[in-house]
Amino acid sequence: MNIVPVNVSVNGTRYTRAVEPRMLLSDFLRETLELKGTHVGCEHGVCGTCTVLIDGRSVRSCLTFAVQVDGAEVRTVDGLAQGGKMNTLQQAFWEKHGLQCGFCTPGMLMVATELLENKPEPTDDEIREAVSGNLCRCTGYYNIVESIRHAVNLAKESAK
Amino acid sequence: MKPAPFDYERPASLAEAYQSLARHGSNARVLAGGQSLVPMMNLRLVKPGALVDINRIPGLDGIRVADGHLVIGALARHADLLASPLVKQHCPLMADAYPNVAHGPVRNRGTLAGNISHADPSSEMPAVLAACEATIVAGSARGTRAIAAADFFTGPMSTSLATGEMVIEIRVPVAPAGQGACWLETTNRQGDFVMAGVGVTLQLRGGKCTQARIAVAGMDRGGLRLPGVEQALAGKALDAATIDAAGKQAGTLVTPTDSYHADALYKRELVATLTGRALAIAHRRCQ
Repeated sequence: MNIVPVNVSVNGTRYTRAVEPRMLLSDFLRETLELKGTHVGCEHGVCGTCTVLIDGRSVRSCLTFAVQVDGAEVRTVDGLAQGGKMNTLQQAFWEKHGLQCGFCTPGMLMVATELLENKPEPTDDEIREAVSGNLCRCTGYYNIVESIRHAVNLAKESAK
Repeated sequence: MKPAPFDYERPASLAEAYQSLARHGSNARVLAGGQSLVPMMNLRLVKPGALVDINRIPGLDGIRVADGHLVIGALARHADLLASPLVKQHCPLMADAYPNVAHGPVRNRGTLAGNISHADPSSEMPAVLAACEATIVAGSARGTRAIAAADFFTGPMSTSLATGEMVIEIRVPVAPAGQGACWLETTNRQGDFVMAGVGVTLQLRGGKCTQARIAVAGMDRGGLRLPGVEQALAGKALDAATIDAAGKQAGTLVTPTDSYHADALYKRELVATLTGRALAIAHRRCQ
């Protein structure tokens, strides 16, 4: 077993660490960098709560080794709020009760972030497709979809 | 739920990757998208001593058309194939099946080459490649060889790849003009593993079927073709009775096993129904 260097940007901050190759990105974020926003649920790619963005694309951080993001730009839920203020998407989840227990929320926010960056005005079907790989065991899907739709409206209002 | 320790190698070229694979022998696994391999490692169902990460090898992520084939590189991601106009144009069956493959974040990482190397019988793509009579190109320190899809899938989660070999390219013959294609499947949830899936391609001339290709997923091995049904359809007009009979025949030709959500009898019924429906849709799509 070798120890390997990882040089990665997470939410705009650059980190250099030495890790075991078997360290999952989810554990690297939570334990090594102490960014606890990313949740760990099933640890085999089913639940989606550990979803982060690598170079702008959503991925399961439990199915990615930390060493693989060497040189990449990672974004996690910890980086959404700016200056202690929720961003538009978070505000929309807040206003439309897009979370109950909150366990699935980090993953939901990150797939929604990816969706809205690529498609600022998605259809309801596109919203449902985007969150379809993420489990909410409070089964609060209706409000999650509603929240993302609301985020589109909030973004439009603030652009006026 | 943590993988066992392993050595990590990140070759910069195929030649280096082949050397790594040769050095570690059956102890090594190739890491591409990792969407099948890493779950198994987290569950410790597999404990490779070495991972050969091919993600930094340049030139492997291509999707192009050459010599009458759609050529898909080992690092082409599901998401790129789903979005590819070349796939839509030249392999309509693959394009039809792809929205059913997993979910966005998995498609962003997972590769077609990794998917077929994993050879899960309940995955769509082994059936698609079998129906399209694709060729899988494998490389190793000993050189490269082409393997017909029919010979590639040898059983559940097993392929004819030898120790030290990796898939470097998938070559799918460009669909002939006028071909009709359709993929249908039944799952508990969108994007989940199939209980049964059926892929069909059809060609017609003068209202009669000149060629039918049918492959199923969710049975006892990946890439399962149904040549009996294909032959029965050849030369026939595909009226409702013919299509119904073909579906029923398909249901008798598969040998699924019981699983938690569907027993073998139910899967056979699904294959019969889905085959009939897919034939009817592919027929409408023929030009």
